[in-house]
Amino acid sequence: MTLSEEQTLLVKSVRDFCEKKVKPFARQWDKEQRFPKDVVRELGHLGVLGIVVPEALGGSGLGYVEYALVCEEVARYDGSLALTVASHNGLGSGHLGTFGTDAQKKKFMPMLARGEILGAWGLTEPGSGSDSAGMKTTAVKQGSKWILNGTKMFITQGTVAGCYVVLAVTNKEQRHRGITAFMLEPGMKGFTTRPIHDKLGMRSSDTAELIFENVELTDEHVVGEVGSGFIDTMKILDRGRISIAALGVGIIRGALEESLRYSKDRQAFGKPISDFQAIQWKLAAMATDYEAARLLTLRAAALADAKQPFSKEASMAKLFASEAAMRAATEAVQIHGGYGYTQEFPVERYLRDAKLLEIGEGTSEVQRMVIARHLLA
Amino acid sequence: MKILCTVKRVTDPEVKLKIGADQKSIATDNLKYVLNPFDEIAVEEAIRLRDKHQGEVIVVSVGPSDVSTQLRTALAMGADRAIQIVHAGELDSDGVARLLQKVYEQEKPDVVLMGKLSVDNDSWQAGPLLAEYLGLPQATYASKNDSLESDNEKNKVPGITIEGTTATVVREADGGIETLKVQLPAVITTDLRLNIPRYPSLPNIMKAKKKEIKEHTPQSLGVDVTPKVRVLKFELPPARKAGVKVADSAELLAKLRSEAKVIS
Repeated sequence: MTLSEEQTLLVKSVRDFCEKKVKPFARQWDKEQRFPKDVVRELGHLGVLGIVVPEALGGSGLGYVEYALVCEEVARYDGSLALTVASHNGLGSGHLGTFGTDAQKKKFMPMLARGEILGAWGLTEPGSGSDSAGMKTTAVKQGSKWILNGTKMFITQGTVAGCYVVLAVTNKEQRHRGITAFMLEPGMKGFTTRPIHDKLGMRSSDTAELIFENVELTDEHVVGEVGSGFIDTMKILDRGRISIAALGVGIIRGALEESLRYSKDRQAFGKPISDFQAIQWKLAAMATDYEAARLLTLRAAALADAKQPFSKEASMAKLFASEAAMRAATEAVQIHGGYGYTQEFPVERYLRDAKLLEIGEGTSEVQRMVIARHLLA
Repeated sequence: MKILCTVKRVTDPEVKLKIGADQKSIATDNLKYVLNPFDEIAVEEAIRLRDKHQGEVIVVSVGPSDVSTQLRTALAMGADRAIQIVHAGELDSDGVARLLQKVYEQEKPDVVLMGKLSVDNDSWQAGPLLAEYLGLPQATYASKNDSLESDNEKNKVPGITIEGTTATVVREADGGIETLKVQLPAVITTDLRLNIPRYPSLPNIMKAKKKEIKEHTPQSLGVDVTPKVRVLKFELPPARKAGVKVADSAELLAKLRSEAKVIS
């Protein structure tokens, strides 16, 4: 896979930015569970928060390959920040930008694409994750109004977003054909958020519970068709999986680069530990996983850009890259030995961050289910 | 206002250099190149001046065909168009200055902005030579009397002040800060503390793809660039010896006195 001159420049620009503005601070943000608002705003100036949004709506007008490259680059330095980039681009603004009405897009997309506001997306609930059609949040039509009640769980950008897309049951009998997406803004009457702290990893990304108590909405808040919310959601998740795969690719690269550096430096029995075959085999496996995960990810992204089916490929990329990221981060900690178990080196953070990738936007089990369903169809 | 800004491709300072088999060159296998950091500052300043005074920024580079990457980077930062003088052979500062002289005569800019040096050869000469050949005033090592953390810097205010046909340049001299006024057109070379160059944004990288890069060669400009400086030999600096650990400040002072003899 060779990159074009523009793609090379784009990767370099994001990398230079992260080397200077992310790498030195990621550890502190993680420790303090601090969402780096200023850096996120600067990522907006860089065009990283509206990657696939058309230029006419204030975005960068790029494709999913570029999206994956940017996510990898940020994830190389900070998984949490990359999760912010991925979920903002892919889920919140992704849903509105793809299925929103012209009026909704005109009003919100330029602000979202420039990072002046962030997007959040509410699908998961306290009682439903993988079985997302089993959601309990309801929107009931009363005259010209929709009344929204329920709770959403583990919502990225939950307390910092300026625009929310939330899925709710509008017709219980029709099950997954009875789900509709609604657009919310912070401060609406009856809409509150509760931050979720003390996560294992991805600690500087913002996660919250969203609570709706008789939130009054109108038809203008409906995103897409009434009843099409679940079908639209599946399309959003397919694309989201490309970005989660790219996060895995970035974490593998981080684990590999840190391990290469450390193993050439660290001495044991009178020579650098990279001289030992036991370490070399780990490095070789990590490097091979990196290339394989990256190729799967960019392939899914290229299919999406070519407007061809990519659901199976995105699931494969997400499944492989997230599990490979866990392997790579585990081995990186092992190579670093006792130091790897401390926060003196970033590899323990990679391990904690990588675990989320096997869970978020469809668990590994769900990915296998999706892949098998394609195989058996 | 028309601003001509030079950009040079240099070996990536992060990469460890190896000397070529002939001992007179740098081994080019696995070498990475970047835009000379001092030129990046010149491009940033040029863009800020253009944004303040209107006009255009033209970036120019001399080198093999793939220096288009560095020109493209400058275009992605915000320069308007580019000129590439394709030359793959050896080149010294004098040759560069003579090529730039021709470009200057064709473009007739109001200001020429250049990095004060390139981090590879470290000669500091191309700027002053160009000013001399053109008979133009020059102000070297442009800096500013302001912190890089200031609001002006955040708002991308240029450090060089231009009023009418006069440029005011603050420069770092050994003993302090010196302020010069030069009559335009002039050659100004940029120092490190003038500004913090921007990162090219994603939309601007895509826009740069459509911007013009015009090609020349030394022949087409009628310049003989046969080097006047001959490289006899490259050598790596001697490996640094390990330092000495001292137990306390008293021991340090004693060593500085008796061994290093830097204090008495």
